[in-house]
Amino acid sequence: MYTQALNSSDGDERHVEDAERAAQFQARIDADERIEPNDWMPAAYRKTLTRQISQHAHSEIVGMLPEGNWITRAPSLRRKAALLAKVQDECGHGLYLYAAAETLGTSREELVDLMLAGKAKYSSIFNYPTLTWADIGTIGWLVDGAAIMNQIPLCRCSYGPYARAMIRVCKEESFHQRQGFEIMVTLCRGTEEQKAMAQDALNRWWWPVLMMFGPPDQASQHSDTSTKWKIKRFSNDELRQKFVDATVPQAQFLGLSIPDPGMKQNEAGNWEYSAIDWDEFKQVLAGNGPCNRDRLAARRKAHDDGAWVRDAALAYAEKRRQRATLQAAE
Amino acid sequence: MTAANITVSETPLVLYTLRRADDALILGHRLSEWCGHAPMLEEDMALANMGLDLLGQARELYSYAARVEGRGNDEDKFAYLRDVRQYRNLLLLEQPNGDFARTMVRQFFYATFADLFWRAMMHSSDPTLAAIAAKSEKESAYHVRHSSEWIVRLGDGTEESHRRAQEAIDELWAFTGEMFETCDSERGLIDAGIAIDPATLRAPWLKTVSDVVREATLALPSNDWMQQGGRSGRHSEHLGHLLSELQSMPRTFPGATW
Repeated sequence: MYTQALNSSDGDERHVEDAERAAQFQARIDADERIEPNDWMPAAYRKTLTRQISQHAHSEIVGMLPEGNWITRAPSLRRKAALLAKVQDECGHGLYLYAAAETLGTSREELVDLMLAGKAKYSSIFNYPTLTWADIGTIGWLVDGAAIMNQIPLCRCSYGPYARAMIRVCKEESFHQRQGFEIMVTLCRGTEEQKAMAQDALNRWWWPVLMMFGPPDQASQHSDTSTKWKIKRFSNDELRQKFVDATVPQAQFLGLSIPDPGMKQNEAGNWEYSAIDWDEFKQVLAGNGPCNRDRLAARRKAHDDGAWVRDAALAYAEKRRQRATLQAAE
Repeated sequence: MTAANITVSETPLVLYTLRRADDALILGHRLSEWCGHAPMLEEDMALANMGLDLLGQARELYSYAARVEGRGNDEDKFAYLRDVRQYRNLLLLEQPNGDFARTMVRQFFYATFADLFWRAMMHSSDPTLAAIAAKSEKESAYHVRHSSEWIVRLGDGTEESHRRAQEAIDELWAFTGEMFETCDSERGLIDAGIAIDPATLRAPWLKTVSDVVREATLALPSNDWMQQGGRSGRHSEHLGHLLSELQSMPRTFPGATW
C-alpha cells in the first residue's frame, strides 16, 4: 500500500524533526503560501492529498463511462461532437490529476491498480446509470455544477500542483455545465415527451447529486485536518447549500420540479431541503450502487485488453534503445 | 411511429460529397466507440481527437451536400435518416473496431489514402471542397503519423502484437482497393477539375504503406482480390447495426429538436 510506503520513507528522523518542521509547515500554510512538490510536508498531508487527488483522477476516468454510454447515440451530429469532446476533456482532467498526484511520490500505475482492485474510491455519482439522453443534459447541468462548487475553492488549495490543475479543470467544467444546461433548455422547450424525459432525469439524479458533497459535517472524517491544511475551505454542508441555492432558480427557469416536495425557502433566502438518504450513499460507497460492478468491470476490461498494446510499446522502445546503443558503439 | 428515410437527389456533386461525408462519419463513429475503453489514457485522447476531426469533416461535407442539393436536407437528415442502402461510405470504414491493431491498421490504410486525397483536392475548382480539403489534409496528416507509428510499434513490438498487426493487415487488405475506384458519375467532375481521379493516388499510397509495413517487420498480402460495393450502398452486415445505434434517437422521436 502506498500509504505505508510513504510513512516509512519519512524515516526515524521524524521524531526529532517533526515538531519543528510541522510548525514551520503550518506557518507557511497560515501565511497562504503554496506548498510545492520538493518542499517538506507532513506524511499525513502527503497521504491525504495523494488520496484526494487520485480519487479525483479516478472519478474523471470512471466518469467517462456513463456519458460515453451516449456518444454513439447522441441525437444530432453537433451533440455527438460536443459529447465526444466533453468526455475527452474528462480524460484529459484524469491525466492531469494523475500527474499532480505523481508529484507526491506515487506513480499513476500504482494509483490505477488500487482503483482497479477496488481499494481506491471514485465519486459515488458515477455508479448511477445514464438511461436516456436527458441524463446527459442533467449530468452536465447538475453533476458538473456540483463538481464546480467543490472545485472552485480547490483552486486556492495549499498544494500548488493541485491548485493549478484545478484552475484549468474548473474552466472546462464550467463550459460543460453550460453545455448540459443548454441540453436541458432544449428538452424543456421541446415536445411533451422531451420535457417528461428531462423531468425524469432530474428525479433520478437530484438526490445522488446532493450526496456528491459527501457526508454531513458532523459525520465527515477528514474535514478538520483538511481545513487546517487549507485543502478544504468550505464544509460539505456549506457547499451543498450553495449548490442547492444556485440550482433551484435554474430548475424554475426550466419549468422542472425538484423532487423534494418539502423543500422551502427560509428567511435568509436559503432553500431548505429534506433529509438525504445516507443509507443509499453508504451502500453505493460499499460497492452496491446500480453500476459499481459495471464501471469497475469496464475499466478492468480496458486495462486488461490493452495490456498487450502497452507491452508492445515498451518492447519497441527497448528495441530502439538497444539499436541506438549498438549504432553508437559502431 | 418511426421517422422515415429521406430521399436524396444524387446529382454527381451531391453523391461525390456524400460519399466523402459518409466515410468521415462512419470512421469517426467507429473511433468514438473506443472512448473510455482504450489501452491507455493517452490513446483515449488520441482516438477521440481523430474521431472529432472526422466528425467535423463529415458535418462540413454534409452541409455542403445539402446546399448543393437544395431540397431541405441538412447534416442531421443525411446522417440520421438514410438507411444502409443509402449510405455511400467505403466498406473498410464500417468494419468493426476489433482489437487495437485492427483499429490502427484500418486507420492507417484510410488516413494514408485520405491525406493524399485531400492534398490533391486542395486544388479542386470547387472552392468549398478545396477549403474543406485544406483543413482535412492537416488533420489526416496527423492521423497518418499517429497510426503509422503504432503500426511500427505493434509490428516490431512483441510476438503477440506482431501477430495481431499481421492478422489485421490480412483481414482488412481486401477492403483497400475500393478507395481507388471511380464510378461513371464522377467522370464529369474529374474532367471539370472539381474531383480528382483516385486511381492516381494508388502508387503513392502503396509506397507509404509498403514502407511503413516493411519497417514494422510486417508483410502485405499477396492476395489481390478486392471487395467493392460501399460506394453504391452494398455494404457489409456491420453497417446496419452501426446505423441502428447511431440513428436510434431521431428514428424514435420523429421531428424532435435536440
